[in-house]
Amino acid sequence: MIDYNKVLSKTVVNTPKSGIRKFFDLMNTMEDVVGLTVGEPDFQTPWHIREAGITSLEKGKTYYTANAGLTELRHEINNYMTRRFGISYIPEKEVIVTVGGSEAIDIAFRSVIEPGDEVIVPTPSFVCYAPLARMSGANPVILETKLEDNFKINPEALKAAITSKTKLLVLPYPNNPTGAIMTKSELEEIAEILRDTNILVLSDEIYAELTYTGDHCSIASLEGMRERTIIASGFSKAYAMTGWRLGYICAPAPLAEQMLKIHQYGIMSSPTTSQFAAIEALRNGDDDIAMMRDEYNRRRRYIYNGLKSIGIDSFEPEGAFYIFPKIGEFGISGEEFCSKLLYDYKCAIVPGNAFGESGDGFARISYAYSIKHITQALERIEAFVQSLKK
Amino acid sequence: MKNNELLKMLENNARLTDKQLAVMLDKDEAEISAEIDNLEANGTILGYKTIIDWEKTEKESVTAMIEVRLTPQKDRGFDRVAEKIYNYPEVQAVYLMSGAYDLSVLIEGKTMKEVAFFVSQKLSTIDSVISTATHFVLHKYKDKGVLYDTAEKDERGTFN
Repeated sequence: MIDYNKVLSKTVVNTPKSGIRKFFDLMNTMEDVVGLTVGEPDFQTPWHIREAGITSLEKGKTYYTANAGLTELRHEINNYMTRRFGISYIPEKEVIVTVGGSEAIDIAFRSVIEPGDEVIVPTPSFVCYAPLARMSGANPVILETKLEDNFKINPEALKAAITSKTKLLVLPYPNNPTGAIMTKSELEEIAEILRDTNILVLSDEIYAELTYTGDHCSIASLEGMRERTIIASGFSKAYAMTGWRLGYICAPAPLAEQMLKIHQYGIMSSPTTSQFAAIEALRNGDDDIAMMRDEYNRRRRYIYNGLKSIGIDSFEPEGAFYIFPKIGEFGISGEEFCSKLLYDYKCAIVPGNAFGESGDGFARISYAYSIKHITQALERIEAFVQSLKK
Repeated sequence: MKNNELLKMLENNARLTDKQLAVMLDKDEAEISAEIDNLEANGTILGYKTIIDWEKTEKESVTAMIEVRLTPQKDRGFDRVAEKIYNYPEVQAVYLMSGAYDLSVLIEGKTMKEVAFFVSQKLSTIDSVISTATHFVLHKYKDKGVLYDTAEKDERGTFN
């Protein structure tokens, strides 16, 4: 009989499953659970965007596209980057349309990492960075961000994390799960550390459109940073297009050229229907973004105040659609808090340590839900907190 | 304050409390209450109603849209006739229209017979009414921005 232990890749076997998924699976075994766990917009893709996808199918546009994506779409991506963030890319050489932001992150790592390279991963952050970096042969170096720094990267801590082996810094802002953002002047401090090095930045800007206290600033727009920055972004969060699986990379030509090879051999080209829909999104979707952002912002204030009024203080999130309250102050661990809340009060939130050890004692609460739903969940959390105080 | 945002929120969901509105708009509750009082007093907010799919109930109900053509009256235009029409309680809406006819009248009755009676006995007999064309609503798909048949359901995480 075949011994699978002998054939499987040790790197892959040793990679843990996503901690978010673990909690989802648990939640799905129960009934009447009010969850605030989902990391995708509750809006459906705006109709005119869906219609553009449908029309492309009706016209029989069902073939592969160019490896890097439709030229028209790459031009629109560049127009968008220029209009929104003041950075330009050569559509033919510096833009690759990927299968979601996730593939963008993956090919970014794989195109630059040599075995033994170090990748600095700030946490708490989305679960994919360290596993993908490790699977590319890198050693992830965890850089814990702190509540007292509003979960931003502390420049001194970054300096201390850099070694001669550091290849790349992941910059996950606006941040999932904390809702932290980094402003232009804060990014400038990071840029100053990196300018005279050969360290690259992978800036995950998937939540760039969802900021509530000012416009997002991309580190690539700072002096001297474009040449060392890979931007990974996509359509999922800004246009409520998660299921279309469409993202993109913007990077200097010498980097993009190599990434394109990985994409070419591994993916061929991103879904054609999605690409046609994305052209419509970029051309005529600004109002949709504004409408959804305004709605998230109202919910953000609602949940922040709601938690505060039941005695749970949180860092006020400024981006994405998550709030990251401290729940480790009730005499039980964060994980216990979340599982008791789920089992006894039928309300699901994700334990913060699913996003790195530094998330211990916190929980990620998504507010991509209706006010009615959020209100219901808050009532359950309140009842639970009351019981803990007794 | 950005009144439009407050109005849009109320238009979408009139059951939000002043407190909820205040939190979501980052204002004081007292400020919101005063603003709503003001908007009611100056006639910007005219009322609060509920959208009901009567087909899901026992109640018999038919809706018709009636195109009405009129001879304008000297000095008063269409206002006097419009008033005569909108004062009937069964009339839900009266709009002055551009194009092929003058007034669009939305009427709700228990039965088609009742609506027909209204048109022939009350509407057509008004002096300046030249003609009417009655269109019965067969089914409502969407009204006031709300879908009738598709209950909103959160399908995230259910495509397994």
